[in-house]
Formats: sequence, C-alpha cells, structure tokens
Amino acid sequence: MSMPLPLFVAIPLVTAFLMPIIGGFGRKGKGTATVLANAATICLLVFAVASVGRTDVYLMGKWSIPLGINLVLDGLSSLMLLAIGVVSAAAMLFGVRYMQQYTARAKYLSLFMLMVAGMNGVVLSGDIFNLFVFLEIASLASYALVGFGCEHEELEASFKYMVLGTIGSLFVLFGIALVYGNTGTLNMAYISRAIQQSGVNAGLSFALALFIVGFGLKAAMVPFHAWLPDAHPSAPAPISAMLSGVLIKTLGVYALSRIVFNVFGISETVGWLLVVLALSSMVIGALLAIGQWDLKRLMAYSSISQVGYVMLGIGIGGLILGRAGPDIDSEHLAWASLAILGGLFHLINHSVYKSLLFLTSGSVQMSTGTREMREMGGLAQKMPLTRATCTVASAAIVGIPPFSGFWSKLILVIASVQAHLYWVAAIILLVSLCTLIMYLKVQRHVFLGELPENLQNVKENTGCMVAAMVFLACLCVLMGLLLVPSLREMVLTPAVEVLTNGVGYSTQIIEQAGIGN
Amino acid sequence: MLYALCFLLFMIGLYSAVVKKNMVKIVIGIMIMEYAVNLFLIMLGYRLGGKAPIVGEEDMAGAGGQVSDLFLNTSVDPLPQALVLTTIVICLGSLALMISICIRVHEKYGTFDITEIRRLKG
Amino acid sequence: MKGMTIIVKTIAGWVKILIFMFGIYVVLFGDITPGGGFAGGVILASSYILLMLAFGRESVEKNLPQALALKLLCCGVLAFAAIALSGLFFGADGFFWNYIYQEWLAGKDVEFLKAGIIPLAELAIGLAVAMSLFLVILNLSSFRSDISANEKE
Repeated sequence: MSMPLPLFVAIPLVTAFLMPIIGGFGRKGKGTATVLANAATICLLVFAVASVGRTDVYLMGKWSIPLGINLVLDGLSSLMLLAIGVVSAAAMLFGVRYMQQYTARAKYLSLFMLMVAGMNGVVLSGDIFNLFVFLEIASLASYALVGFGCEHEELEASFKYMVLGTIGSLFVLFGIALVYGNTGTLNMAYISRAIQQSGVNAGLSFALALFIVGFGLKAAMVPFHAWLPDAHPSAPAPISAMLSGVLIKTLGVYALSRIVFNVFGISETVGWLLVVLALSSMVIGALLAIGQWDLKRLMAYSSISQVGYVMLGIGIGGLILGRAGPDIDSEHLAWASLAILGGLFHLINHSVYKSLLFLTSGSVQMSTGTREMREMGGLAQKMPLTRATCTVASAAIVGIPPFSGFWSKLILVIASVQAHLYWVAAIILLVSLCTLIMYLKVQRHVFLGELPENLQNVKENTGCMVAAMVFLACLCVLMGLLLVPSLREMVLTPAVEVLTNGVGYSTQIIEQAGIGN
Repeated sequence: MLYALCFLLFMIGLYSAVVKKNMVKIVIGIMIMEYAVNLFLIMLGYRLGGKAPIVGEEDMAGAGGQVSDLFLNTSVDPLPQALVLTTIVICLGSLALMISICIRVHEKYGTFDITEIRRLKG
Repeated sequence: MKGMTIIVKTIAGWVKILIFMFGIYVVLFGDITPGGGFAGGVILASSYILLMLAFGRESVEKNLPQALALKLLCCGVLAFAAIALSGLFFGADGFFWNYIYQEWLAGKDVEFLKAGIIPLAELAIGLAVAMSLFLVILNLSSFRSDISANEKE
C-alpha cells in the first residue's frame, strides 16, 4: 500500500478542521467527533506501520527541487512516524473517557489533531523552512493544550512554556535566515551540498550554535529545561503523554540530529558538546526527580533525564564519526552505529513507557482527585489494572530484563565502553540507580502502604482508559523483540544508517528526486 | 554592518524578555525579537539599486524566450519576502495566544508581576 | 464593551461597506497586485473590528455569532484542503499541483481563472484569516476588566 506522503499531514489537518463543524451539533455531534478523531489516529498508525522500510521523496505540486518543497520519508522518519502513531492513538483512546472532566471537547480534539499534523510534518519535511512552519504549528497547539483546563497553575505553566518555546523558535528562525544568507537555498539536500563544497564559515557555525540552542530548548535539555517541570504536570494526562512521549523528541531530538548530522556534517566539537549536554541532562534530571512529591512532576523530571540518554547515544555516535573523519574504518563505524542504535532504540522505548506512565498517573488522578503522593497509598487493592501497568512501565524505565528498557541501556553502556569513555558508562549506571530510587518511591507511596480514609471508595477505571494502558503495556514487553535481527533490519537499522550516512543524505535525495518523480 | 544591527535589536528584545518582571513587557520583548528576525530576513534579499521582481514585457528578451540577464542581475530576491509573510502570520497567532493567556492569568491572580505568580515551585 | 458617540456610529455605518469591498478586492486580485489571502483577510476582519469599536461588542455578536464564525473558518480551511487534495485526483500523484493552469487551460487564452488554482486558494485563505482574526478580537474583548478581591486564593 503505497500512500502519498502528504496524506500523513493532510488527514490530521482535515480532521482538525472538521471537529468544530461536527461538534457543534450537540451531544451526538460530540460523540461523532470523538469517534472520527479516534479513527483518524488509528488510520495514521496503520499507515505508519505500512510505510516501514519504504524510502520515498515526494515533490509537492510537481515542482522539482530546489524550486519546490519536497517531503522525504527515510529510515529515521519512518521510525518517528511509528512512535507518533502509537502514542497518539493510545492517548486519544485514553482521552475518550478522561476528557469528560473538561468542557469544549471539539476544540480539544481539534488542537490535538493539529499537534499530530504538525509533528508528522516536522518528521517528513525535506525543506528547512517547511520544518520551521510545522514546528510552529505543533508548538502553538501544545501551548494551548497545556493550559486547557483554565485553572491557576495551568495558565501559569502555559505562559512559562509559551515564552520559552517562542524564544526557542525565534532562535531557530534566526539560524534558518543565516543559513539561507550563506548558501542561497532552503532545501536541506542542496544546503548540505553547498556546505560540503564551501566548508563551514563563521556565519554557518554561528547558525549551528543557534540551532543547538533553539532545538535544545524544544527538547528540554539542561540548561534549557526550565519549562518542562511546570508544563507537563499541568496538562491533562493524555496531553502530558503526548508532550513527554513524542513532542520533545520530534521537535527537539529529531530536528537537531537531522540538522547536525545530515545538513551540516558532524564534527568532533559538536559531538563533545552533545555528549556534555546529554550528561548534564541525565544527572540533573535524575537528582531533581528524587525529591519530588507530586507524581507527575517526578515523571516530568525523569523525562528530562531519559531524553539525556537518547542524546547521549546520538552524541557518542557523532563523536566517533567526527573523530574518524570522512574515511572511517569499519570497526569505528560499527561502534558508532551501535551507539546511535542505542540512542534511537531508547527514543522509541521511552515514548512507549513514559506515555504509559503519564496515562496511569492520569488514571490515578481521575480516581483519587489528587496528585500528591503523600496523600495516596495502598491503591494496589482498589485499582489492580492501573497498578499492574504502572509496575510494567516502571520496570521498563528502570531497566529490568526482559522489558525493553534494559536492552537499550545495555547497548548504550556497551557503546560507551567501546568508545573508551569509561566514566560515561559509570554515569549511565549511576543515573539508572537514581531512576530505580525514584520509581520505587512512586510504587511505595502510591500503590503499597495503607489506604487513607478519604480514599476508601475509589474504583478502578474501565473501558477505553484501560484498553489504551494495556495496549501500551503489551508494547513495553514486546519492544525488546525489535532487536531480533530480522525486525531490526526493517525498523532500526535504516534509521541508524541515515545518521551514519551523514552528508551522503544530499546525494541520495537529489538522485531519488531526479529519477523518482 | 546592518546585519549586526539586526542582531543587536534581537539582543535588546531578548534582554527585555528575560529581565523584566511585568508579563506584558515580556511579551513585547518577544515581539521585538520577532521584528528583528523579520528585518534580517528581508535584508538578506536586498540588492543595492535593485528593482521589484515582477516580469514585464521588456524583460523577456533573453535567449530562447527566457527572462533576460539584466533582469536577473538587478532584481531583488523574492524568496525572503514570501518567508517573511509566513513568519508574520505565525507570530501574529502566537502573539494572540500569549496576550489571551496574560489576560486570563490577570483574571486569576490579579497581577501581572511574575514574581508573585509562583505557585509552581520545586 | 460599550459603543462610542453618535458621530463615530454614523461614519462607521457608512465606511464599513467600503472597507469590506476593498478587502474583497485585495483578496480577488491577489495573483496580480500585492496582497492576496492574508492581507485581504486582515482588511476584511478590520471592518468588523471597526464595527465592534463603534457599536459595542454585543451588537456585532448578534450579527455574526461566534459559533457561525468558527464554522465559516473551518469551511475556509477545508475548502483549501479540498483544492490541494483534488490535485491528487486530477493529476497523477500531484498534491497541490496547479492542474487548472497546466492541463485544462494549456494553450487557451481565457480571462477567468487564468492563474489556475491560485485565486481559489486565495479566496479560501481570505475567508479563514478574516474569520479567525474576528474571533480573536471578539474573544479578547470579552474579558472583564474588574477583578474581585476574593478570586485571589
């Protein structure tokens, strides 16, 4: 089934703007709108699974590049589309029952689909300004969704997120303007070719610095993380799952690795910079998370830490590639590929289990009405399904075999040892210990212990919420199977090859656009 | 260098967005940053003594029915103009959202001072 | 939001139709003269904003209610999406392809729709931008300006 690429963006956009029309018909309209939105996200998931392993270049409006805008589907894009499809389908299914606490359902569905459309556009775009426009669409939709229930704290968190996010986007735009001024084109393949021919001058390295700051703000890397611990707890639970699970990775990690590896070409300095930023994210996120008593705020700090793991894998791979230069021998290439494989595998793992954790916290919040862990306790006998899925997700994020998190952390440790960075491996293991501490705290205070008197009547949530959580929990267990060689060749290896290929991306895209369409 | 002046304007906006305590001043700082980036984009396309990039009858005198070389050498680059149009609309949307959040926060907290809007701590 | 004096109300009642027509002119001639969808939509919205300032928010909301404006906005964007997606049907795999210009009118010399799908897209964008700016100003002007002291918990 070879679907035209623009449909990945057009289907959520059309659904987003059908929502207010259909939802304006009263109760039946709201039900129809919810069913339609769920169908759209499941349809996108099916299409994303069907396009695994396909590489395609689509020219919009039949204008050939570099005059027109093209959409590119390669290994890294299909991995991200898979992650976006899985998390958005689960979050939308969870929201059917959870969002009954809020009003204005049609506007929620419309903003959610706009966010999905923006993220799909960022992942598929082959033109750097098109990437910026879709980045802004997704960011604006997420600013509005964070402050959706207009309480005091949600509005404050939304304002902080919005100011910092807009500043990040303006840094990115300034970088795009500098790149256009130096190379004269906006197509990523042609920019890459121009940079290869002329080298990186002062304007382009300043643009690279601006990109790292701007996308680092979107990815919540330390020291740009200040918005995340306020924004993620205040959002409704399915939106927290989407934000923490895919938004910070698509807008931050994917865009940064695409620009740094494929357009500019990785060098040793940039690799070291990424490794240092990633290590500080890991350590600071984990240490700050241990002292939290708000359930979702603890998970938000742990998100900062885990995104640090992803950037560490990509950074170590970039370091090895940059150190060896253009003619790299096969042993170094293998170790760089292993590091990037660990980073990307941890990306998709973390999407699944962090969104599951946020969905279970939403389920707990809907039943008990609070997020403070000191007021909870002993929910294990009242909410067995929520407890089971939360335990699965916690075991996966800590890294207990045979859940998926163990494999990705193992690959990261092996890769850092092989790169002779033994202290990095020690830091990875210490941060895993901190992650174990924080999730043991969650299990002890939320599920074990004794039930306080005001929570005697809580009941388990049923229906769509449990279906979404069980689906994600099964994926947590089964994701470890992605390392089986046949599945790995289909899903993960093309993504790794895109990043290790580096600036070879440009020749590949130009050939494919010339021959294909 | 005019481009350095654009960057100075960007830094002035960034200073206002980072240092000031009133929410509206932060929003205005972000808008100054956005003006600076738009100005930078427009100035990239400019050519000294250039003309508007609209093809008339006398410009089609090049070889083989194409546009003449004189037109290509003297016209201003039209691509940054399209980029700036898009960017202005995006920043208009984000400004509308920021102002409405400011108004709502003022309804809830009663003040625009960000040092007093600090319920989320830790 | 209260209205203004009788002089402003009279002049606004005469001028609103001129602004509206100028906005439609800017949208329709978008492929030839500067302007197009965005700028024309802003001018169309500003005629409604003038009415809101002169007559007060409530009378304008009775004229064009919020729900209708939201539905018109969605219809505008859906029309744009339909134009872009119809390129997939009329041309082989051409999303947003100017099939009217390249295929239907190739070689002919017509005055109407000479630029292909571009004027149709400009009309849709003009409607969407006008309605969205109108909704923004309508909603921003509905916040109360007095804060009661017991809202600060």
